[in-house]
Amino acid sequence: MSAEQQERAVRCLVAKVGLDGHDRGAHVIARAFRDAGFEVVYSGLHRAPEDIVQAAVQEDVDVLGISILSGAHNTLVPKVIEGLKEYDAFDDTLVLVGGIIPDEDEDELKELGVAEVFGPGTPMEETIEFIRNNVPERA
Amino acid sequence: MAGSDAPAFADAPTLSDDDAALVEDLLSGSHRALARVITKIENRTPGYRAIVSALHEHTGGADVIGITGSPGAGKSTLVDKLAAAYRDRGDTVGVIAVDPSSPYTGGAVLGDRIRMGSNVGDMDVFFRSMSARGQLGGLSTATADAVKALDAFGKDVVVLETVGAGQNEVDVVRTADTVAVLVQPGSGDDVQTLKAGILEIGDVFVVNKADMDGAQRTVAELEEMVHRREGGTTGRGAGHHGAASMASTGAGGSPAGHGDGHHDGGHHDGGNHGDGHHASDHAGGSGHGESDARAGDSHDSWTPDVLETVANSGEGVEALIEAFDAHAAYLRESGEIEVTERRRYAAEIRTLVRADVGALATAEIERHGGIDRLAERVRDRETDPYAVAEAIVGPIADCVDEERADDDERDD
Repeated sequence: MSAEQQERAVRCLVAKVGLDGHDRGAHVIARAFRDAGFEVVYSGLHRAPEDIVQAAVQEDVDVLGISILSGAHNTLVPKVIEGLKEYDAFDDTLVLVGGIIPDEDEDELKELGVAEVFGPGTPMEETIEFIRNNVPERA
Repeated sequence: MAGSDAPAFADAPTLSDDDAALVEDLLSGSHRALARVITKIENRTPGYRAIVSALHEHTGGADVIGITGSPGAGKSTLVDKLAAAYRDRGDTVGVIAVDPSSPYTGGAVLGDRIRMGSNVGDMDVFFRSMSARGQLGGLSTATADAVKALDAFGKDVVVLETVGAGQNEVDVVRTADTVAVLVQPGSGDDVQTLKAGILEIGDVFVVNKADMDGAQRTVAELEEMVHRREGGTTGRGAGHHGAASMASTGAGGSPAGHGDGHHDGGHHDGGNHGDGHHASDHAGGSGHGESDARAGDSHDSWTPDVLETVANSGEGVEALIEAFDAHAAYLRESGEIEVTERRRYAAEIRTLVRADVGALATAEIERHGGIDRLAERVRDRETDPYAVAEAIVGPIADCVDEERADDDERDD
């Protein structure tokens, strides 16, 4: 009955997990996403995996970008993914990892369900393009 | 639009099966479902109206608190501490934090979540960031609907946080039962600007960062302003105040108690004289309900507290919660809550109806070749704005008349 316009926006959570305190990259990403027209929630530093899960579920984000520069991705990312599954939120969340990830770990993360890993020097447009093309469709 | 069987207003919009399941899940406590419903509300996904419709009967259980203030006043930090304090006493909490979005790209960085340090990992604090997606006047509808979702979910307290920058934001906080206006010390000019608009909507004023220089002065300025607003109503206002204090004696830390403290003797006397008939005045005061002026309603009977907090350390948060409780108790005991709710729902209905009729009209304008073409024709003196308006709205009005006639026939 209503001729109301839909107002869909891509929602992203940019998350810093664990003990690494370097968030320049996360800030730059957050701003680039905003300028691309996304709505960005930033988690703040030193979050535990369950905090990230809480934020991703409550904010109902389409995209979860985890920035890790500490090398602890093999412990932290699986916990986040497990948590998302627990809340039934994994299937329609695009999980991305950014940071310094060795090639062999990259494959493992992708097997776990990470959609893509972006290393240092990835052009911002590439990440944004990837999100636009892969954001899960929602009813 | 054509041929749609315009439903009588007793009919709620129909829920799809998926949405019915979603509502079911939300009501049974699924965080995921709650989050998803708020997304649908935000996106105005087709069907969201039926969802909100279905939730309405489950609402009314939560105390809804609006918090507004200038950027940097410490709203998010205070909300974090408030949420933690509510949790300590066993209440569950929902938070909706509204941030502005870029008028150019529509993008936004929603930063309030960073301050929620005291409640990370606690799922019983449901924190949701919303952006002001260029929704013309629709922001308050979206946030009010999101509050309903949290309320229906069963949250005891729902906090609505927004930057007090303009009419949009004022509309947002006005959907709350209790409104706190946050001010930071040394913002003398701020307090000046608060006079217009924001001051009228505050039920509680909070000077945050009260450990900073100039806090006392800001408190004094606010106190003075609160009194002036009180003074503007002369004897009548004071009378109401007396009535309120009668009604709520016994409620620990009652609002009236606070209020009396702020009063100077002269006012107070006036109040006591008027007590009897003003009290009855109030009971039958349905006239208030029709008036749109909240200021008129609330300052007749409730004197806002001016409190001090240091959000960083949590100082003053307990007292603030007491003030919120006192205001909630006052609303219930004085019957003011009915007036407030009626006014709020009236505003909601008006907004929705206007938006829907506006959408109908917009579609009609398109059918007539679009607004630019119409404007051009007016400019060429082919036609004039009144004729155009008549051509567009006339058929809509005719449809309504026909429907009415059909309805009457059926009724007979």
